[in-house]
Order: sequence, then structure tokens, then C-alpha cells
Amino acid sequence: MDMSQYLEIFVEESKEHLQSLNESLLQLENEPGNMPILNEVFRVAHTLKGMAGTMGFTKMQKLTHNMENVLSEIRNGRILVDSNLLDTLFKCLDALENYVDEIINTGNEGSEEYTQIINELGNILSNNFDQGETTEKQGTVHVEQESSTNSDLEIADVHLTDFENNAVKNALSRSYNVYQISIYLNKACVLKSARAFIVFRSLESLGEIIKSLPKVEDIEDEKFEFDFTVVVISKEAKDMFEKELLSIAEVEQVIIRDIVVSGGEDELVNIPDTENKQDSLPGHTPQDTHEKDGGESKSIVGKSRPKAGKTVRVDIDRLDTLMNLVSELIIIKTRLEGIEGGNNTQNYNEAVEYLERITTSLHDAVMKVRMVPVERVFNRFPRMIRDLSRKLNKEIELTMSGEETELDRTVIDEIGDPLIHLLRNAADHGLETTEERLQKGKDKIGNIYLRAYQDGNNVVIEVEDDGKGIDTKKIKARAVEKGAITSDMASNMSEQDIVELLFNPSFSTAEKISDVSGRGVGLDVVKTKIEALGGDIEVKTTLGKGSKFIVRLPLTLAIIQALMVKLGEEKYAIPLNTIQNIEDVKISDIQYIQKQEIIVLRNQVIPIIRLDRVLDVPKKEQKELITVVIVKKGEKQAGFVVDGLIGQQEIVIKSLGKYLSGIRMIAGATILGNGEVALILDINTLV
Amino acid sequence: MDNNTNHEIKQYVVFKLGNEEYGVDIQRVQIIERIQNITRVPKSPYFIKGVINLRGEIIPVMSLRVKFELEPDDYTDETRIIIVKIDENQVGMIVDQVKEVLQLSTEVIENVQGFTSDINLNFIQGVGKVNDHIVTLLNLKNLIDSTLNNPKENQPAQ
Repeated sequence: MDMSQYLEIFVEESKEHLQSLNESLLQLENEPGNMPILNEVFRVAHTLKGMAGTMGFTKMQKLTHNMENVLSEIRNGRILVDSNLLDTLFKCLDALENYVDEIINTGNEGSEEYTQIINELGNILSNNFDQGETTEKQGTVHVEQESSTNSDLEIADVHLTDFENNAVKNALSRSYNVYQISIYLNKACVLKSARAFIVFRSLESLGEIIKSLPKVEDIEDEKFEFDFTVVVISKEAKDMFEKELLSIAEVEQVIIRDIVVSGGEDELVNIPDTENKQDSLPGHTPQDTHEKDGGESKSIVGKSRPKAGKTVRVDIDRLDTLMNLVSELIIIKTRLEGIEGGNNTQNYNEAVEYLERITTSLHDAVMKVRMVPVERVFNRFPRMIRDLSRKLNKEIELTMSGEETELDRTVIDEIGDPLIHLLRNAADHGLETTEERLQKGKDKIGNIYLRAYQDGNNVVIEVEDDGKGIDTKKIKARAVEKGAITSDMASNMSEQDIVELLFNPSFSTAEKISDVSGRGVGLDVVKTKIEALGGDIEVKTTLGKGSKFIVRLPLTLAIIQALMVKLGEEKYAIPLNTIQNIEDVKISDIQYIQKQEIIVLRNQVIPIIRLDRVLDVPKKEQKELITVVIVKKGEKQAGFVVDGLIGQQEIVIKSLGKYLSGIRMIAGATILGNGEVALILDINTLV
Repeated sequence: MDNNTNHEIKQYVVFKLGNEEYGVDIQRVQIIERIQNITRVPKSPYFIKGVINLRGEIIPVMSLRVKFELEPDDYTDETRIIIVKIDENQVGMIVDQVKEVLQLSTEVIENVQGFTSDINLNFIQGVGKVNDHIVTLLNLKNLIDSTLNNPKENQPAQ
């Protein structure tokens, strides 16, 4: 069986388990005596241990095993949950996360052993009771009891071929044990074949599988109920198998029977625990019957472990929708082929309209497949804030909302770091210390809000704090001092412009550099990252009341609605979601503020940008009436002067490639219906 | 080029710029296209004519004439765009005419380190002698990487 496909599952599942561990631990911190939560923590640690073990990640297994020991003592009421203990458990969580990350990156758990954490766990045990030994046992005994061997379950019987018979006899004669093992999976098990694989793996670590029922191929294809039976040759004792197999998550029951040679016609017989008849079953598997010492599964261990790929878990309904749409596409294709002969325009037009509808739905469907809830990013923040709150000695409460808001997978992957940065900033710079808050008459608990919501074609993520707000005077002074602006400029700048200075490279207002933030890389990195994702960021702040960072991200990256415009003979695309409205303006209505052309529209002053000048488009004669496309970027507006409007169009964004990626004003290119290339304007840099 | 080791035969696509003949390693050549509509890209390096659509991919196209400071291009029926690939990136080069594919033994390729030339010697891999004329063999990687990654070169020489 190929390992790589299960590595992904392992990673995905581990992440889920770690996440639930994280949540449970946070809950446990608030309610130390809550038994169901404690049980949950224990369950997760146990599952992780099993998973790690069967995938061969022994260090990870060791760590979880030690965790389990401590947890089991807590469950038995012999250790009380205190903050010290929780800190250690959180450290374990971090270590486990590191293991998983390492596995994602290299396919291996790495060499870090985290002995310190294991020692800490050991200390907790020994300090309290000096009975680490017993607890260790309890950890596993518990499980075995849960699923002790016995059954009224049907036990499949295996008929061996001559070839396999010989192999078994050969093994028996050399005093190996041969077992027939039936494994019953939990009925709730979703990825049966993955479980089965894990079972196979652990079996292969103990001995050699010579037969499996159903066939390995069928098991891989999930063509089995919830149980399967294998014949294994091994030196290990029965108990060993039982213990090992039961430690795998979702294995409910294991029945092991010895196989010995009966006197007769080279016939092998099971020695059943219960009465059993031997059924002859068709299908023998060409299993390789090499020597046992090679049983450590050459096919798997020999291969270098593949890296875990980038995957998206997709709801099956969404895939079904896709499938339906594709079949509709095929129907329409046939229909179009049929039309070819005659010259029935109406039919043709109908077909094209139909095709258009399908492609639109197909686009939607594919987009949805790529969508992931922001929860995936958000879920690590409560823990982070908890740590920050301790480190900074501030009381902080994080309130999150809109975790279910969905974003493109690529965006989700990238947005984590900028958000961490913003949250750290909020905790470190934004919120005052507890004393300061009390002095100011604020509640001593500082609040940070993290909100996500959809706004038209964008997803907005806000990070807000109720701290001291941004002191524009301080920024001004700092900017002048650093030479970013002159003092003349400073006095002319609006509050908003000054706040924008924060996004200048290496601009950090924290007076002392702390461990948490202010390492020189600042908000400019955040801004660059977000802009690279096609989004933008703005700040709203009130001195003394707090500040709010608003990150706006596009729902999708690949396909957008755009307005096609003409500049001279050239065609450009302006993303539709940035356009506010389009106005015809008389040349005489243009006014000037310090050489900057502006127009006043419904009492708003809007700067005019002559796209043809900015983009060096060959000059055309001035017209009396110019068309101005008003675009909005966050709070900022600008009017683009264009020579003509072509119309709205759905365009596929293509990159200009590495060699032209340095051009700031162009976000990419698209191919028009006639095969020509049109460039897409980058509103972020133009406004 | 080392003259003393095995004489390897390599194939070059030979094209003309004015009266001069140049050759590029055939391994790097993806496809040769007729001249087509090129979309100008504002603020791009001066020798980049723009981008074309090559079966759904956007590919930048450079003018070798501009790059080598020759007369500007005059598109004729013979004008071609040679699409070359350098480290996963494709670039088109506008040439006056594609002449032939030439087999050259490393033996007849001469080093140019001792030459003085108006063209940056970094761009030249060597000079091949064929019968009565010579073909300048371009070092595409240097030619394209150095110029496109060096912003100072993005402005025409004054």
C-alpha cells in the first residue's frame, strides 16, 4: 500500500485533533474540574498517540504517551489542574504541532525529542505521587477494557491457497506463530481504507501479512464492510498484536486466532475460540511471501517518505455539483456539434446562452471547492492571545466572530501571518497595561475583536482593540526624526495620511522593542502581503479609544468581473469591484489643488488621474467631455480618465510572468475573446 | 568552449538581424511564431515590446534590435518571434528572419573573450565559423537574466 495517500490523511486528522486539543485545553483552563472536557483531552491525546504510532512517528508517540499518563492521573482525581500543569500541556501541544509541521514539510517527524517537556510531565507525576509506573499501565489498560476481545460478531474464515499453505507450514516449522486476525472498525469510521492501511502498517511492523480478506486492492478501494481478516506470520505473541491493534483509533475489536497444521491433507485449520466452520471463499491474493525478517514492509520503509501535499477537504455535495455541470457541458457540446450542419441561428443562440449559464455555474462551483472557512486561521488565535496575555501581563479577552466566512484556500494559507502580526500589535501596542487602564477608568480587561464577514465581492477581516489608539503626534515626530517626511510636510498631513505612515517600511512606534512586536519588520510587511493577495488594509483609530485595522480581501483570485476601457488604441481592464460609478465630466469642471486635477462630485473632492499619462499611452487630442471612472480603494477615491468604455466582461487573470512582475501599475493580463492580450490595472498602486 | 575535449555536435537556430547572423541553442527554442499583435506593457524595460498570447499563456516579447542598439524593427513577412525558455520562464525575441538550423561542432566554435565589441560580451557564448561566414552564438541566459533582472538597464542608454 502506498504511504503518501495516508500521510495526507494523517496530517489532516492530526491537525483536527490538535485543534480540538487546543480548544479543550483552553476550556479546561476556565473550568479546571470539568470532567467531559478532561475526557475529551484524554481521548484526543490517546488518538494522536495511536495515529503517530501506526505511522511510525515514535517520538510523537512517546510524547503523547507521557501526556496521556498525566491526563489519566488528572482524570482519576490524583492531580489537580493548575496553571502550571496547563502550561506544560500547552507546551506539549506546541511540540506536537511542531512534529506535524515537520511531517508536512519533510514527511518525517524530525529529530527533536522534547525531553524537557517529557521530564516536566514526569515531574508532575512523581511530585504528586511517585507512581508513574502504575499510571502508565492505566493509560492503556483503560482502552483494552473498553474493547475487550469477545464477540457475537461474525468471524470471517479464510481459505488459503496451496502456495499460502506452504508458506504457513514453512513458518510454523520454523517456530513462527501464524495468526488469523479479524479487525472490526468502528461503524462511524469515515476513512475505512486509511484505517485499514494503518492497521496493515502496524501489522507489518510486527510480522508479515500473507493473506488478507477482502483483497488488499479492495480494502484500498474501501470495498469492504467494517471488518477484514488477515493471516499474519510473526514471532510476536498474540497479546502484542492485540495491544498494538487496539491502540489504533476507530479499531473497535480485534479477534486473534492461532493457525496450526492439522494432520490431514496439507490442510491448515484454525483453532477457533468459538465454534467455527470453514467456508471456502474465492479469491486468493498474490501476496509476496518473503522471509519474515523482511516483513518490516520493504515497500514502505524502503521508500523515502513523500511530503504532504496541499489539499482541500471538499464537501461531497460540492463535487457532485461539479460533476453535474461537467456532464451538462458535454451535453451542450453534443448539441453544438449537431447544429453545425444546418444554419439554425435560433438553436445556435440558445445553445450558446445555455453554455454561458453552465460556464458561470461551473466557475462558481469550482470556486466553492477552493473555499475554506477562515476558522482554519482563526482557531489558533485564542491560544496565541492567551500566551500573549501572560507574557505581557495584560488581561486580554479575544472576541471572534464570522469564523464561518469562506475564503479561497490560497488566501487562507497566506493570511495567517499578517493577522498574527496585527493581533500582536493590538495586544502589545494597542492595549494599555492593566494599571493604565484602571487609571483611565476603563475596564481592566482589554478587548480585542477579530471579525470576518463578506462584503460584496470581498471578505473583510477586522482586528479591533479598545486600547489607547494611535497617537498621530508621536508618529509624526517619529517620521520626521527618521527622515521619512519633512516637518513641513508633517504639518500639512491629514490624520489619515499620518496613520498611513505606519505602513512605511521599518516604522515601529513602540518605544522599547519587545519580544512580542517591534522587531523592525512592521506593518509594511503586512501591507505588502495583503496587497500581494489582491487585498488592501486601512486603519481607523481614535486616540484613547482604540484602533481598528480593516483588511479587505478578494473572494477569489482567478476570475473576476472587469470593466474594459480604452486608452488611445489600447485596452485595459479595471476590476469591477473597485469601481464606484462612471461619470461624464466637462473639461471645464476640472479644478486644481496644487497642480493636482480634481473634480467635485456630490460634494466630494475626487482627484483625477490621467491614465494615458501615467501609462505613457500615445497622446490623443483633448475632448470637451471626458469619461471618468471613479474607483474606490478603501476610503480613498480617484477618477480615472479613459478614452472610451467597452463594457463589462468576465476575465481570467493571468500573470505577466517573472520577467515583468516588477511593474507596479499592472496587476496582470487577460486574454480577450479575439485572442488579444489586455492588461489589468492595479488599483492599489494607482490610487 | 574547450577545443581539446570531445567535439560535441550541437544544433543552433540561426536568425538574422540586419546583416548579422546569430544562433541560439535549439534546446532552448520552444517555438517560432509569425509576428502578431503585441500588447504594449507600460513601464516595462525599454527593449520589451510587450506581451503576446501564446495559446493561453502570456509571454513577454523583447526586441533584439533595440537590445543590441541597432535600427528599430521594421516588421516584414519574414519577421518572426522566437520563443525561448530559460529556467521555466518563456520569452519571445523578435528577429528579422529565421534562416536555418545549423549543426556546429564545438571544434569550430571560437571563444570571444579576446574580442572587443559593442555588444556586451556576456551575451555571447562564442562565434561559429561556417564556410565563409560567421554566426554569433548568443548566451541566452545571460542575455535575458542580466537585463531583465537589473533595473538599471531598464532605461535606454542616453
